[in-house]
Amino acid sequence: MNLTLKVWRQEGPAAKGGLVTYEMTDVSPDMSFLEMLDVLNERLVAESEEPIAFDSDCREGICGMCGLMISGEAHGPDHTTTCQLHMRTFTDGEVITVEPWRASAFPIIKDLVVDRGSFDRIIESGGYISVNTGAAPDAHATPVPKQNADRAFMAAECIGCGACVAACPNGSAALFLGAKITHLGELPQGQAERSARVTSMVDQHDAEGFGGCTNIGECSFACPKEIPLDVIGQLNADMRNAARSSR
Amino acid sequence: MTDTLSEFFTEGEPIADTQAPKVPIDKMWTQRQFDAGLVQPTNRGKLSVIVVGTGLAGGAAAATLGEAGYHVKSFCYQDSPRRAHSIAAQGGINAAKNYKEDGDSTYRLFYDTEKGGDYRSRETNTYRLAEVSANIIDQCVAQGVPFAREYGGLLDNRSFGGVQVSRTFYARGQTGQQLLIGAYQALERQIAAGTVDEYTRHEMLELIIEDGRARGIVARDLVTGELETHIADAVVLASGGYGNVFYLSTNAMGSNVTASWRAHRKGAYMANPCYTQIHPTCIPVAGDYQSKLTLMSESLRNDGRIWVPKRAEDCDKDPQDIAEEDRDYYLERKYPAFGNLVPRDIASRQAKVVCDEGRGVGPKVGDFRRGVYLDFASAIERLGEDAIRNKYGNLFDMYMRITGEDPYKGPMRIYPAVHYVMGGLWVDYDLQSSIPGLFVAGEANFSDHGANRLGASALMQGLADGYFVLPNTIRDYLSKGPYPQVDENSPAVAEVKAAVADRTEKLLSINGERTVDSFHKELGHIMWEYCGMERNEEGLLKAIDLIRSLREEFWRNVKVPGSADTLNQSLEKAGRVADFLELGELMCIDALHRSESCGCHFRSESQTEDGEALRDDEDFAYVAAWEFQPDEAGLPGKPVLHKEDLTFEAIELKQRSYK
Ligand SMILES: Cc1cc2nc3c(=O)[nH]c(=O)nc-3n(C[C@H](O)[C@H](O)[C@H](O)COP(=O)(O)OP(=O)(O)OC[C@H]3O[C@@H](n4cnc5c(N)ncnc54)[C@H](O)[C@@H]3O)c2cc1C
Ligand code: SF4
Ligand code: FES
Repeated sequence: MNLTLKVWRQEGPAAKGGLVTYEMTDVSPDMSFLEMLDVLNERLVAESEEPIAFDSDCREGICGMCGLMISGEAHGPDHTTTCQLHMRTFTDGEVITVEPWRASAFPIIKDLVVDRGSFDRIIESGGYISVNTGAAPDAHATPVPKQNADRAFMAAECIGCGACVAACPNGSAALFLGAKITHLGELPQGQAERSARVTSMVDQHDAEGFGGCTNIGECSFACPKEIPLDVIGQLNADMRNAARSSR
Repeated sequence: MTDTLSEFFTEGEPIADTQAPKVPIDKMWTQRQFDAGLVQPTNRGKLSVIVVGTGLAGGAAAATLGEAGYHVKSFCYQDSPRRAHSIAAQGGINAAKNYKEDGDSTYRLFYDTEKGGDYRSRETNTYRLAEVSANIIDQCVAQGVPFAREYGGLLDNRSFGGVQVSRTFYARGQTGQQLLIGAYQALERQIAAGTVDEYTRHEMLELIIEDGRARGIVARDLVTGELETHIADAVVLASGGYGNVFYLSTNAMGSNVTASWRAHRKGAYMANPCYTQIHPTCIPVAGDYQSKLTLMSESLRNDGRIWVPKRAEDCDKDPQDIAEEDRDYYLERKYPAFGNLVPRDIASRQAKVVCDEGRGVGPKVGDFRRGVYLDFASAIERLGEDAIRNKYGNLFDMYMRITGEDPYKGPMRIYPAVHYVMGGLWVDYDLQSSIPGLFVAGEANFSDHGANRLGASALMQGLADGYFVLPNTIRDYLSKGPYPQVDENSPAVAEVKAAVADRTEKLLSINGERTVDSFHKELGHIMWEYCGMERNEEGLLKAIDLIRSLREEFWRNVKVPGSADTLNQSLEKAGRVADFLELGELMCIDALHRSESCGCHFRSESQTEDGEALRDDEDFAYVAAWEFQPDEAGLPGKPVLHKEDLTFEAIELKQRSYK
């Protein structure tokens, strides 16, 4: 296939960026989107240009490292990560714009690479169960009903990619936050810190400059792991409970 | 042969582990923990540890050392510790819990691991791994890791290649992710508590040694390009495996050998580097643009049946049109006791055998069809599509996405790919390398899997090392500290830093004709062709020659655009490939000298009449620990081979048979 790419190039955090056009010929439909960028980068290096910087690592859809806005959609048109998006999804002759995640809480580092350190800081603020190594009771001491275990698992599938934020017109990370709250909240081990957790994580979320959630739903639509919107409902319920219990 | 060999290396003094206490094997770990010195809680904050890597091994170690109160600095090259390569592990994690009452025990897990590794791992370390395995599950459940559960609320198990009990704990096809998130959360908790400092997008480029002890690292901030010096009382490398030396592998794109190789160049021995595990169930290569290979979890072999057509003429037919009697279920035929669940080395090699016979399936790449069928038709018929979807749904989706084919309708196509390395830096029972103060954990060390790793055992080892072993053994080392202050600005430290800067400058200034990737691809091709699933003397000699000239060309003709003082991914890759080019040669030398077949190391000169690996315990029951020797120009010269004899007291050395 032949394609026209318009790629966001930006030398550094403070530099001014802009779209640069590249013509691609002979793109195989079996390539992943990132492999197509690899091919372009090989060409750029051969032409003594700097290749396009973008993040990826596992290329299996699980590490959450990749993430691009492709023609205005987070991770592109398929419900998957950018590394698992294949060129067979596009049509010959298509013009594709490629941009980094855009959110004030994800500053651009270079080209298509952004800083998602804010996600780590949200987890740091309480997204864990406080248990030290070595003193855990036997795993079978605490049975977990299968429906709770399954719901916890579903929420725990979040890979922290940031697509939900990039897709949200408010730049809210409510889906990411809700996923963690739901994961830990479904488990008996997560109960002791449940209220404290939601309060501090939401505070951190706001301090990082993420926007508020107005139930638009773009986040869940863009999420490659199909984290459902009801985790945001859970987040809100836990917030209400926390507010009540602290009164 | 001996004459040829002496051209490539010299033999040095034997080496031995001195840290395993001389008590019966089941008392050893308790004894060692008791003997290890203590550090008073109030003194711990004065002691510091650098942990390179945030995978299961490094993440767990940093979190646990932080909990204990030491001051920890944690490094990874990704933007978040949660993205370490461990996250990609799919199938599961072993533990001798015997929850299924099917005869499992510490001893049986130990026995299976030793046997699976073809008796090329150290008995004492392997036993300890089995011993602490059960604690891992408890720890992870307490952290909130959502393992698969049964309706009664208790944990579910499944079985994995090479064993006959159900001891694998799993979280659908995302076990690695869930375990790593657990460790990551524990780590973030310590960051909040102030015991751990996190350095993401940082790459360790050199080890700092002072007074013969590992005392720090030089790391590059990958965003600003700045070279930083970090000093500590001890250094832990948990930097993962080096399978990416093959270019195409199931490893993450950034997986590299740099941390280990730089330490090796500074005196840490590299053990059994040629032991590479090839995984039997990967999606076959489709084209030459391909950047990596994708694993389909081995757990698929529980329900999928592997076959190829009996006749080569049938290979381009639609598999549905090939009658049952014209299919060769070759694993079930050759290994009736284990069938499709034979260990990985056997499953891989047999796939190669049938493809080499011209009975491979799928599109031709070059002249060859490299693929075999993994068929779920009978499982779907027996259990229903929903049950299969429930068990393997995400793997099936992934397959569909990558190949564009629907595995619910027809069989998957699979082929072996490089997956894991059993070789790594040599460590003793304390996980300390041959450099005092340098500890090595997880896939980066060599110790527990011998010549072949059983499925679901790497996650177990990573977490065993990180949560339980290292925090106890490093305590002994730290109890003898604090070690004398090292001045970051001392001439010795400044010299190391300057050397890193020079090397970076050199890479940027060559400005040749070829991209870094083109060198990496060529190296990978050489490694796969001559040091891959099957090796022989002639091929290995050729490979060494090819690698040497490729390395020479690299330093003359590589093209690395951009500058050192910004995010520069070409530069990052160039440094990694430069180290792979040295490692590749050592792997070939190691494979060349080991003229027996064992586990994943299959020397075609050493096989039984029916084509099985033929081990030679008389001559090769040892760990090959290699010491770096530079030539006058500082390039790899003739490495020195130190042999650690493997002794078997708790287990009987036997020929491995899965028939
Ligand atoms: C696709 C796949 C599936 C697998 N499935 C299973 C399974 O089901 N069961 C199982 O037991 N095993 C499995 N394995 C193997 C297992 O995942 C790995 O062996 C294991 O996770 C390695 O963990 P680790 O902590 O040693 O290293 P890794 O998780 O590889 O972590 C390496 C860390 O080191 C850091 N690092 C590396 N170099 C540097 C440097 N120079 N400077 C700074 N940081 C650096 C990285 O950033 C990273 O944080 C699988 C492997 C793959 C590839
Ligand atoms: S909720 Fe979905 S989109 Fe958001 S970070 Fe998690 S996986 Fe990515
Ligand atoms: S690179 Fe890991 S999810 Fe895309």
